[in-house]
Amino acid sequence: MIIMQNTFFTNSPTLIVMVGLPARGKTYISKKLTRYLNWIGVPTKVFNLGQYRREVQSYKSFEFFRPDNEEAMQIRKACASNALKDVVIYFSKEHGQVAVFDATNTTRERRVSIVSFAKEKGYKVFFVESICDDPDIIAQNIADVKVSSPDYLNCDKEEALADFLKRIECYKQTYVPLDDEKDRRLSYIKIFNVGSRYLVNCVQDHIQSRIVYYLMNIHVTPRSIYLSRHGESNMNLLGRIGGDSGLSPRGHKYATALGTFIKSQHIKDLKVWTSHMKRTIQTAEHLGIPYEQWKALNEIDAGVCEEMTYEEIQDNHPEEFALRDQDKYRYRYPKGESYEDLVHRLEPVIMELERQENVLVVCHQAVMRCLLAYLLDKTADELPYLKCPLHTALKLTPVAYGCKVEHVFLNIEAVNTHRERPGNVDVSRDPEEALKTIPDHF
Amino acid sequence: MTLSVWALPRADMSTEQEKNELTQTPLLKIWVPWLGMEGCKLSRRRGSSVPQLTNSPTLIVMVGLPARGKTYISKKLSRYLNWIGVPTKVFNLGQYRREAVQSYKNFEFFRPDNEEAMQIRRACATNALKDVVIYFSKEHGQVAVFDATNTTRERRISIVSFSKEKGYKVFFVESICDDPDIIAQNITEVKVSSPDYVNCDKDEAQADFLKRIECYKQTYVPLDDEKDRHLSYIKIFNVGSRYLVNRVQDHIQSRIVYYLMNIHVTPRSIFLSRHGESELNLLGRIGGDSALSPRGHKYATALGGFIKGQHIKDLKVWTSHMKRTIQTAEHLGIPYEQWKALNEIDAGVCEELTYEDIQENHPEEFALRDQDKYRYRYPKGESYEDLVHRLEPVIMELERQENVLVVCHQAVMRCLLAYLLDKTADELPYLKCPLHTVLKLTPVAYGCRVEHICLNIEAVNTHRERPGNVDITRNPEEALKTIPDHF
Repeated sequence: MIIMQNTFFTNSPTLIVMVGLPARGKTYISKKLTRYLNWIGVPTKVFNLGQYRREVQSYKSFEFFRPDNEEAMQIRKACASNALKDVVIYFSKEHGQVAVFDATNTTRERRVSIVSFAKEKGYKVFFVESICDDPDIIAQNIADVKVSSPDYLNCDKEEALADFLKRIECYKQTYVPLDDEKDRRLSYIKIFNVGSRYLVNCVQDHIQSRIVYYLMNIHVTPRSIYLSRHGESNMNLLGRIGGDSGLSPRGHKYATALGTFIKSQHIKDLKVWTSHMKRTIQTAEHLGIPYEQWKALNEIDAGVCEEMTYEEIQDNHPEEFALRDQDKYRYRYPKGESYEDLVHRLEPVIMELERQENVLVVCHQAVMRCLLAYLLDKTADELPYLKCPLHTALKLTPVAYGCKVEHVFLNIEAVNTHRERPGNVDVSRDPEEALKTIPDHF
Repeated sequence: MTLSVWALPRADMSTEQEKNELTQTPLLKIWVPWLGMEGCKLSRRRGSSVPQLTNSPTLIVMVGLPARGKTYISKKLSRYLNWIGVPTKVFNLGQYRREAVQSYKNFEFFRPDNEEAMQIRRACATNALKDVVIYFSKEHGQVAVFDATNTTRERRISIVSFSKEKGYKVFFVESICDDPDIIAQNITEVKVSSPDYVNCDKDEAQADFLKRIECYKQTYVPLDDEKDRHLSYIKIFNVGSRYLVNRVQDHIQSRIVYYLMNIHVTPRSIFLSRHGESELNLLGRIGGDSALSPRGHKYATALGGFIKGQHIKDLKVWTSHMKRTIQTAEHLGIPYEQWKALNEIDAGVCEELTYEDIQENHPEEFALRDQDKYRYRYPKGESYEDLVHRLEPVIMELERQENVLVVCHQAVMRCLLAYLLDKTADELPYLKCPLHTVLKLTPVAYGCRVEHICLNIEAVNTHRERPGNVDITRNPEEALKTIPDHF
């Protein structure tokens, strides 16, 4: 009897194959998509051909990429083989489910060989082709990520730019995009000009459908995401978890300070989101901006432990307390939720966050940890221990392949609500060991 | 409007304190700023749990030759949008034409050189768009689906300027199909039985309809990659093997695209069943996570027998995370998947109470629930409206799948059924979903055929009708008048 928990994503491993000239955003898409898939629980890994190539050959100039450079061609083919060998290991021995093959894959010949490789192994293939003919976008990409690449470590910006443009020309000579007619049986999405237009062909299963939906919702318009918890609450002061209490006096002070901070940032068209819980709404009320309430942003439901202190949890449910320390991500409170459940609940929030531009999310500790883990690519093990202190706003700005984070502490005192994993997580531990790391409270 | 215990007014409140005070709306349990004793009449959007999907009304414009699935898509999309809480209505030009012309003679009406008919057709389109304006401005509509061929550039340009003038967003949905088998199938399923052909035999109807299509073909100009690159649209090729998506403007268009890319027309059946009778059911208690009663186990076995007897190809079985649905699935002898999203509605402080207990301990809540059972949220629990949101990914996956059996719970099943059978939010919480009865739903034409299969194992009734008196001042007998019997 096979009992599965929401593992309806796919039966076979999926190989996502990027296609496109250099500087078309393939690595950007690869990394972002991988981050998203890992966050929603689909083990995914990027296999970047450039890295394989850098390991065997130190870069001199664009000549390496000339289509008539036989010696280089051999090296490049060998790198591709090695990358695909590693894909096989990832799927068969490392429990991987999705592999993203990040390379130009610009010739039919290369793509045909990948398709037969995948067919032979029983992997599904999904192509993601990025087509862009806007010279401004390409110039921007090159400035953002290429001139600082390891390939151009010892070059100045102008040299790097010139060489890279010649590199693109080498690929252009043999580039054959996916063809409407000839490739009509392949599964793929073509992305035109950073998302103004998409062509989607033969989506085979759920995971490909989710990938398409995600790719169609992301954008590259500069913007910032602000994350903050509600101001300190009355329950926080008492060291109690959960509940639906109001702000403490210091919490109100923070909310006012947050309002001032936000105004000083002069943010264009800021959207403000809160949960349905009193403390986030009270916080948002001080901002003087319209806000939207999302039930999905509610704090993790601690079930039978709602409104208890850690001391009370240890007293009444010592075994549960220990189990939680053993696997904080997957542990579900009796009649409550786990962090893993939270991530599922938050997925539509993340999707909408991708669609939006400037957003301030006023939420809760566990919720903020989940959102932060998505934005900063943290693992399920790190996620429940990310530090999200009260009275601190985080400003996240996408830059290059990642996110720049600024911590803004608004100088209003608050209790600490962060509990580190204690040394002893065994159910047989005694109370002192269990309560060793709990933060102070009134 | 009465206030819940969270927000007792204080006579000595200063403006600063007032600013900090929130009150929780009694029905929806939404925290909103305290606006004084007179009560709060707040717009739904501020207090709703559904974030704003779009600012302006959206006009979805179907494009395509006859028999390309435009009406099918229009109806299905409307059903989905209404279910997720976006008021949507279809404006079918064929209906306007039938009202104007009264009786259809033959395809000659659609000849491009038939000037008189052209006038009538243009007038119908104008009337339809007038009704769209009324729907948006006076009936709180958010999305209107203009179901017509819209096959000429001229017609589409005029719709775009009309929308621009009114401040509506436009999203085109073009269906392109050149597979003669699919077209023949469509014609058989929905055209020969159309009001236009009520006095014709099948072959006559078929022949006339094909000539009608030819009339349109002469002037059909599909959306153009280059010329229409500033429009927002999705082109669907051959029932979904391929899509071209251009310039999605906002969240609702993104959701529409996602939905359209997940639906299919492959014949299949969806089976819905509740768990077998549970121990809490026997005691008339709601919620909880109890096991099956002996009769419940009997049902599960009978369900297994029924399913085998149906000889269903590649059946997927889904349950919730609750013991009673899993115990039910265990008897089936087929692999099953557990979905937390299929868990029963969370009754919060009322979990595991009988209706008598609820009346005794929370009489006001009990009355509020009867006043608006769809939107009412249990204290520390959920509403049907919350349930629908929770279930949206289940519906999306249900659309992608083929044969599926969903073993779930009363409130959950009502939500799924309302989606599949296009029931309103008012009807939804009162849909009859008795224990020990399987529903087999098979998509047919523009809707769903339903077969109720009672497997002849006795069970308690868990259906409580809306009582006559829903006022909070009612007395206990009035409140408990419609509760079903229990042990």
